[in-house]
Amino acid sequence: MTARSEGWLRPTLLYATMVVAAIVFMVPFLFAIGTSLKPPHLLHVHPPQLFPPVGEMLPGNYQRVFVVPFVPFAAFYQNTVIITLASMVGSVITAAASAYGFARFRWPGRDLMFGVLLATLVLPEEVVIIPKFLMFHLVPEALFGSTWIDTWWPLIVPSYFGGGAFAVFLLRQFFLQIPREFDEAAVIDGASSWDILWRIIVPLSKPALATVAIFSFLGHWNDFIHPLIYLNSTEKFPLSVGLRWFQQQPTDPIEPRENLMMAASVLMITPAIVLFFSMQRYFVRGIVMSGIKG
Amino acid sequence: MLWASPWLLGFFLFTFGPMVASLVLAFTDFTISNLEPNVVGFANFTRALSGTDHLFWPSLLRTLQYALVMVPLSIGGSLLAAMLLNQGMKLTTLFRTLFFLPSLTPVVASAVIWTWLYNPNWGFLNHLLGQAGVKGPLWLSDPDTAMPSLILVALWGAIGGNTMIIFLAGLQGVPRELHEAAEIDGANGLQRFRAVTLPMISPTIFFNLVIGIIAALKVFATPVVMTSGGPSYATWTFILHLYQTGFQAFDMGYASALAWIFMVIVVALTVVNLRLSKRWVYYEGEERRDDR
Repeated sequence: MTARSEGWLRPTLLYATMVVAAIVFMVPFLFAIGTSLKPPHLLHVHPPQLFPPVGEMLPGNYQRVFVVPFVPFAAFYQNTVIITLASMVGSVITAAASAYGFARFRWPGRDLMFGVLLATLVLPEEVVIIPKFLMFHLVPEALFGSTWIDTWWPLIVPSYFGGGAFAVFLLRQFFLQIPREFDEAAVIDGASSWDILWRIIVPLSKPALATVAIFSFLGHWNDFIHPLIYLNSTEKFPLSVGLRWFQQQPTDPIEPRENLMMAASVLMITPAIVLFFSMQRYFVRGIVMSGIKG
Repeated sequence: MLWASPWLLGFFLFTFGPMVASLVLAFTDFTISNLEPNVVGFANFTRALSGTDHLFWPSLLRTLQYALVMVPLSIGGSLLAAMLLNQGMKLTTLFRTLFFLPSLTPVVASAVIWTWLYNPNWGFLNHLLGQAGVKGPLWLSDPDTAMPSLILVALWGAIGGNTMIIFLAGLQGVPRELHEAAEIDGANGLQRFRAVTLPMISPTIFFNLVIGIIAALKVFATPVVMTSGGPSYATWTFILHLYQTGFQAFDMGYASALAWIFMVIVVALTVVNLRLSKRWVYYEGEERRDDR
């Protein structure tokens, strides 16, 4: 099997395989988008169509999904945006500070703690959900007189403590590549360590910071188990937990609403995909960075 | 030290502290309504391991089965997809993006979409199978096909995802000269793959294996959203059991014991992996073993 001798056959086979694979990956999206545009009477029909006829398409489903009785979808969306952005800001800032501490300063136990940091990369978060739940219940009650259960604090506050081991690791690796001479020159000019971080390291690390921001965004946008555990009130739910409400609320047998459920799912997916397309470079680099340790 | 303090504090507050607390709770009969628990010794552990909790072993074995099927398929699939994208063809970026999109999809959203795809009456999947002359299964409603259905959803989200991107980077790091030298020596495609590609990308395979096993053992959102652990507990995974015990039954002492059992399993598997890796993972001479 030499590359030259086969001429057109090899590329054709390769393209055919790629096209088939791409179709397999795309079918669920197409069915979701198609369903989201259907009127209710086309949902439970044989045979199911991928897309409704053009004349019967209902783009208005994407507005109707916001006013479904008992499903405050607009609130779900807004809650997700608030939780995600608030966490993302905290992750980027505190991960940058922590990574700066690991990359530029010597302190007793630094290398040990960096080893611990790497170990936590493979530690499943699920192991500590019970004591964390109790802590967010009991400690705020003792300090402020009210529990943090059924609030967004347990979802946001941990992001302000380093933003996760992966974020710190990724930024540290990036900061180490910035020549120390830059720092030293700044010190001679009278810069404090705060100036060095803010005026030298951060401007030079925009790609890595963008990567951390993207991963933090996706992590919180998709997070399911934490809101499930901490939140009880429907109006505080983010999309991940709220989407199930479409399934759980009794459906009207005359008026099925899989179309609205699919519209809601598509609306939940869209920001992740837009983010991916606008920052594809950072994405790929970040993922590859995560694999370098191997 | 001061600069690193956010992560350090976070580690002690949200990881190390809770881990210790979890270990302490595991030896008590703590529940949310019983804030002054009794020490019960190893009772929680014997309750799990002896099968008094009749869901413990089934959920653990089912989760291990899930991982056993999921991990090789997703790693193999990702490697194949990466090799396909690494042939220097035009439009590769477009295809890479199309392969990658499912992994961007929030798990809950893909669970909702696939539940609808799997619908035996109105879903698209059985329609496609019907056209091919196959009578489609009941998917999520049949205890025999429910777990494979969840695996299919997970594969859809995993094959074109991060694993594939990491493989792609690994493949691009294989020096062209090695392939050319092997070709001159008369090695065919398969031989070149075994003798050149596999050893050169073995560190990436190892990394993806470790991450993949842990991710598979943590399977939670798809059974919750798609099957609620059913039918007849066929998709009752370990973390689902942990969640039900801790947050639905509020049996938090026992759930902490479950959490520790889970951690021991994960750590043990990772250590075994590390040990075994010395036999088959090949590190190039000048490549750094570590990031330090």
